[in-house]
Amino acid sequence: MRSITKRKTLDEIQQYLKGFDHVYILGCGTCTTMTRTGGKDQVLEMRDYLEGLEKTITGWTVIPIACDEMTEVAMKENERPIRNAGCVLVMACALGVHRISTYTNNPVIPALDTLFIGLEEKPGHFREVCIQCGQCVLGETAGICPVSECNKGLLNGPCGGTNDGKCEVDKEKDCAWTLIYRRLKLQGRLDLMRKYHPPKNYQTAPRPKSVRIRTSEENQDGSV
Amino acid sequence: MAVSKFKEALNSGKFLVTCEIGPPKGTDLTQMLHHVDLLKYRVDALNVTDHQSSVMRFPSLGGCLSVKEKGGEPVLQMTCRDRNRLALQADLMLAHTRGINNVLCLTGDSVIVGDHKGAKGVFDLDSVQLLRAVRQMEAGKDMAGNDLEGGVSFCAGAVVTPEATPIEPQLIKFEKKVEAGAEFFQTQAIYDLERFAKFMEYARQFPVKILAGIVLLTSVGMAKFINANIPGIVVPQDLIDELANAGRGRALHKGIEIAGRMIAALKKDAICDGVHIMAIGKEEVVPEILAKAGL
Repeated sequence: MRSITKRKTLDEIQQYLKGFDHVYILGCGTCTTMTRTGGKDQVLEMRDYLEGLEKTITGWTVIPIACDEMTEVAMKENERPIRNAGCVLVMACALGVHRISTYTNNPVIPALDTLFIGLEEKPGHFREVCIQCGQCVLGETAGICPVSECNKGLLNGPCGGTNDGKCEVDKEKDCAWTLIYRRLKLQGRLDLMRKYHPPKNYQTAPRPKSVRIRTSEENQDGSV
Repeated sequence: MAVSKFKEALNSGKFLVTCEIGPPKGTDLTQMLHHVDLLKYRVDALNVTDHQSSVMRFPSLGGCLSVKEKGGEPVLQMTCRDRNRLALQADLMLAHTRGINNVLCLTGDSVIVGDHKGAKGVFDLDSVQLLRAVRQMEAGKDMAGNDLEGGVSFCAGAVVTPEATPIEPQLIKFEKKVEAGAEFFQTQAIYDLERFAKFMEYARQFPVKILAGIVLLTSVGMAKFINANIPGIVVPQDLIDELANAGRGRALHKGIEIAGRMIAALKKDAICDGVHIMAIGKEEVVPEILAKAGL
């Protein structure tokens, strides 16, 4: 699993940083390093860019896993330069931004947009395969998700917009339902495609979603 | 409950003609109302499109009310793109109370192909689920299973793309729509009558009426655009040649002739139960098409 990000435009970042002369930059050693949006090289490029705008960079670091609770330790180690900055510019995904926000009272500004949780299919190619809907249908769709991979999230087969196995939204993109059809046919399970899928329950876990793993003592009284 | 006039026509065994009306972008209804007046007594029903191609327009329901007020028989086109299940059910109830008794259930185009590209595509339901929702409401229950005080009654239809590649996934969905209660189908545009006749051999085994989609060709450019950009529609080269050879300024005339000829052929050999004419902005010439078809 990877959090796939894209850098905001430099204009947007500049707008967010208006009024902040001193900036501390945080990158992430995991997902954004892999997507080349918030690794060491990109953090240094950002430093140079901001210095070119006459801003003072009080420091920078690349936290190994920005969304991890160990981030608190890394930020403590850099407490002084972070405090000396007017704000923290974060080149991690939104999960990292959230985590970092809990450990500083300084304004935290995201330099990236978080696009999706995806897989790296081949080097440099990332694809959204799950939107965490809370009601997995992969067992009936040959392991290809129509909820996330079909533009309309259709449950009962392809729309009329598909042609030659491609999607109406993008001729380069495969139609998820054509892929499902082909794989189910190969598996001799095409009857699954004929099955009616009722409307999805979009409130399996109402937003904001949360889960608490209960201890064995808590479960003794029969609670789940 | 009142049986829709269109349903009576479907059951009459006559060769049916429906036609598409596109509401305007804005509130000046003059042209749309003119088209309604022009066509309301010439066809069995008038479909009113629902933000066609995801371009924001005057609503389908509003257009259907106008058709009804003018004495025509409307088919409410309803896509799943812009409304969740609450809003869809509410609109079905409103339609029913205003005498709109025909509904065409569609998935809807992606928001991205339209003119409000940043909008949120809803797709809470798909076309099969919407058909089932109609039938459930007819049974006096909403989608959550609650009793309705006063139900609805619709002649419900759906869409099929007979020339899609690969065809089998579309046919599986077609059958799901039949099982969900679709009574009639208006097809995506067809141009290859032999291929369509093969589809009809298959479709005949189901207890539904099929109206072949006839999209008026207005120029060589339009035909080429369709082949390059519109999924599931193929304009054969001989038709493109025919348009090209029609002479300067005569392509539309030729397109009318082609549409009329196709309709006449479908009717003569009783290939399907009727036609659904989509003139896309050229509704003015539909009477000419019908004349060429001998209707």
